[in-house]
Amino acid sequence: MNSQFCKSKKNINFTTNIRFSRKNETIKFRPMPKKYFINTLIIFSLFLVSLILVSCNIGNKKSKENVNIEDFVTEDDIFDDIDKAKKIFYSLPSPLETAMLIKSAGAEYNEELLNSLDNVTNYSTSRSLALNLGIYTTDLSFASLFDQTQTSINYMTAARKMAEGLDINDAIDNETMTRLEENLQNRDIVMDIISETFLNSSSFLKEQQRQDVAAIVLVGGWIEGLYIATQLIGDNTIKNNKLADRVLEQKLSFNIVERMLDDNRENENGEQNEDIINLISELQELKNAFDKVKVQTTQTETVENTETNVTTLKSQTTVSVSQEDFKALQLAVNNLRTSFIQ
Amino acid sequence: MRRTYYLITLVFALVFLNNIVSAQCKGFAKKICKLELIPYIHDGNYHAAILTEGEEAELYKTFYSGQDYRLAICGSDALPDIEFQVIDAYKNVLYDNTEHNKSRVWDFTLDASQQLKITVKVPNSNTESEYPASGCVAIMFGFLDEE
Repeated sequence: MNSQFCKSKKNINFTTNIRFSRKNETIKFRPMPKKYFINTLIIFSLFLVSLILVSCNIGNKKSKENVNIEDFVTEDDIFDDIDKAKKIFYSLPSPLETAMLIKSAGAEYNEELLNSLDNVTNYSTSRSLALNLGIYTTDLSFASLFDQTQTSINYMTAARKMAEGLDINDAIDNETMTRLEENLQNRDIVMDIISETFLNSSSFLKEQQRQDVAAIVLVGGWIEGLYIATQLIGDNTIKNNKLADRVLEQKLSFNIVERMLDDNRENENGEQNEDIINLISELQELKNAFDKVKVQTTQTETVENTETNVTTLKSQTTVSVSQEDFKALQLAVNNLRTSFIQ
Repeated sequence: MRRTYYLITLVFALVFLNNIVSAQCKGFAKKICKLELIPYIHDGNYHAAILTEGEEAELYKTFYSGQDYRLAICGSDALPDIEFQVIDAYKNVLYDNTEHNKSRVWDFTLDASQQLKITVKVPNSNTESEYPASGCVAIMFGFLDEE
């Protein structure tokens, strides 16, 4: 809606005979002196133009003319009416949710899979800092969920360095570190701290109109989750493997990754965002691998538990892929993650 | 001279206004809307925008089987109660908060993972104000730690 408004070319006519009608009351205004009228008109026009620019900025909705996303499965139908709303959000699993999904699927903790802390000093570009802010935050979440206290502190420190490199002020400050150290035995508080630091980073970036960086952070964290899960599966069969199902279901989120990145192809000035374009290109191998995965969802029935006020969405999702194609998916994830942490 | 002064002041005011509005939205999400998620753990994602009466927003997200979710959608005080719907890929409306006293939260769990669309609308208020109200709308998700 906002985008349409920004694009529209409506004529606005100004007249000196202004009447404001409110209910049955009519107020007539006397014509003001010419000098004041011109001043007022200039200021009002500037204000109006600025307001439209600010409004467009807040909406931050890019033109969809260049969007070219292939249909994957029936689930893509959900995007049919996408241009109707003023603001579109694409939500990927956060690093905390990603780690939770891996753990709830029965994963075991393996510290060797985390990105080495020795790599922290290797990252200096906006792209590498953003990717590894996401990666270290997922590692931090994974370690915390398995009550790895010292590792959690170390990875919070690594995430802090990435955030500082991106000039994200105070997302993870000394107070955060102290609070983490004092509550390491209380997982709920630790998770709350991780959630808050990630919220601080993402809200700061969006506030600064750096949605592209925020998107790269999310992709880094999401790929790290995929990496940990696919490595833990290793050569095991994917049949009746809950962790493998979780990985394959990520096809649904890959769909969202593509749209989120596509929305950030250009900056506000219409210039190409090379980091995003390169990332889309790098994701091609993973896209090819996910294309081999078939995901089908049946109609949903809702059942509300009136005692708990929790609604259960009852449906069936069928995920299928050959063991060989799963191997290709594992390889694609591994290649991508290797390039991210270099 | 006076005109130049007015113009410079206006430009600065608008630039700062944008930053102030964004900061207020961030504070609203963190300090007010996040509280609606308790006892669920916030996932850490930030989805908030300034909306005006009559405007809509949409959010697309994949939800996973076996997870317990809470969806919280809040509007700042200047806005009338926010309306929202949760819609599946078949365009079935799974939840409509206008049928639940415009509740700010919805708790749900899924038998099977699926993508859902959340549509949010700021309804027109019935007040006689000449200008439509604008304010921050935040969409937040929480989940439960099963252990």
